[in-house]
Amino acid sequence: MAEMDTSSGGGHKKGPGVKKGKKLSTRVDLTPMVDLGFLLITFFIFTTTMSQPTALKLMLPKDADKPEEQNKAKESGVITLLLGKDNTVFYYEGQLDNTASNFKSSNFSGIREVLLDKKSRTPEKDLVVVLKASSESTYKNVVDILDEMSINVLKRYALVDISKQEEELVKISVANAAPVN
Amino acid sequence: MGRAKLPRKSTNIDMTAMCDVAFLLLSFFILTTKFKPAEAIAVTTPSSVAAKVAPDKDLVLITIDKDGKVFLTMDNEQIKEVVANNLNSTMNLGLDVKAFKKAGFYGVPFSSLASFLQIPEEKRTGAVLTGIPVKDSTDNQLNTWIRIVKDAYMGKKMNLLLKGDNASKFPAFKAVIDAFKKNDEQKFQMVTNPESVPTGSELWKLTMAGEKRDE
Repeated sequence: MAEMDTSSGGGHKKGPGVKKGKKLSTRVDLTPMVDLGFLLITFFIFTTTMSQPTALKLMLPKDADKPEEQNKAKESGVITLLLGKDNTVFYYEGQLDNTASNFKSSNFSGIREVLLDKKSRTPEKDLVVVLKASSESTYKNVVDILDEMSINVLKRYALVDISKQEEELVKISVANAAPVN
Repeated sequence: MGRAKLPRKSTNIDMTAMCDVAFLLLSFFILTTKFKPAEAIAVTTPSSVAAKVAPDKDLVLITIDKDGKVFLTMDNEQIKEVVANNLNSTMNLGLDVKAFKKAGFYGVPFSSLASFLQIPEEKRTGAVLTGIPVKDSTDNQLNTWIRIVKDAYMGKKMNLLLKGDNASKFPAFKAVIDAFKKNDEQKFQMVTNPESVPTGSELWKLTMAGEKRDE
């Protein structure tokens, strides 16, 4: 009996004479599949919630044809920002001199101080920021300067068309002074 | 025979249930994810501190690409149909209304709009199209577009959005604003990327003080 046992199957502890049809288990290890599933879930969660674009609201003033209908602003409270080529910003307070002596140059990192300085010197109800973009400035410049308005909590500002001589002045100033960024 | 065997617990856990849950969640997320519609017009938007999330329904989106070309996008199918019919009746363009409804954006002068709709969808990209003419103030076709779209919305709220490329020049932006103004659309929103408020700035102090920001 013992000899017959060893010949039929080596080392198995089954009883003698038991036929050994190999029994394959139907169970599959699902761990890697779960891993993969959760990996994909994380991916989808991250891609859905991230990068929601935001919207910056802008109200345009109604075009007033007659000068009487236009909004008046106190000269002392007005600061005009001009956007030039290559991210340059120029500004002047009040009216532009004939000799353009109060025409100063700045850039996007320096303009915040200028605005805050003006804000601290002017009573709030008089303060108006006039934004004039030259045709050389980009969309990004305009959005940046509008953003600057909300960063510095300047409530009254207007996007105004640039005049011809201002456009010229900006062009010349850009050519003269290499922009510092 | 005499001693009862302690049942040996297996360390294997049945993963089937967990797997079910995982894939259920997975399918949920796959189905709810809104993939960005294939961007035919490549635009990199500037960033701003605005915290309001851009609306995604009933939008009329004007896109300015880096060369200053202007495109129009609408999402409401019903509105699109009204617009197409209106264009056909007022300007006799002979547009295929079905193709018009399917088109993701419009970026050609009115005269070539009918042939534009014949171009297969995947070939309509911002690079080859001319854009809606806006530069010429006598023939600012965006004016007409906005008027017709506004008519189609007829008092219902439409979300006028402007999405400009960083590098686009100001004249294109101004032309678009002019078209808005002409149609008494004084309010609009510009699509931007979120940006954090600079520390120490006035707005930052306000938000730290817990005041609500007026947008």
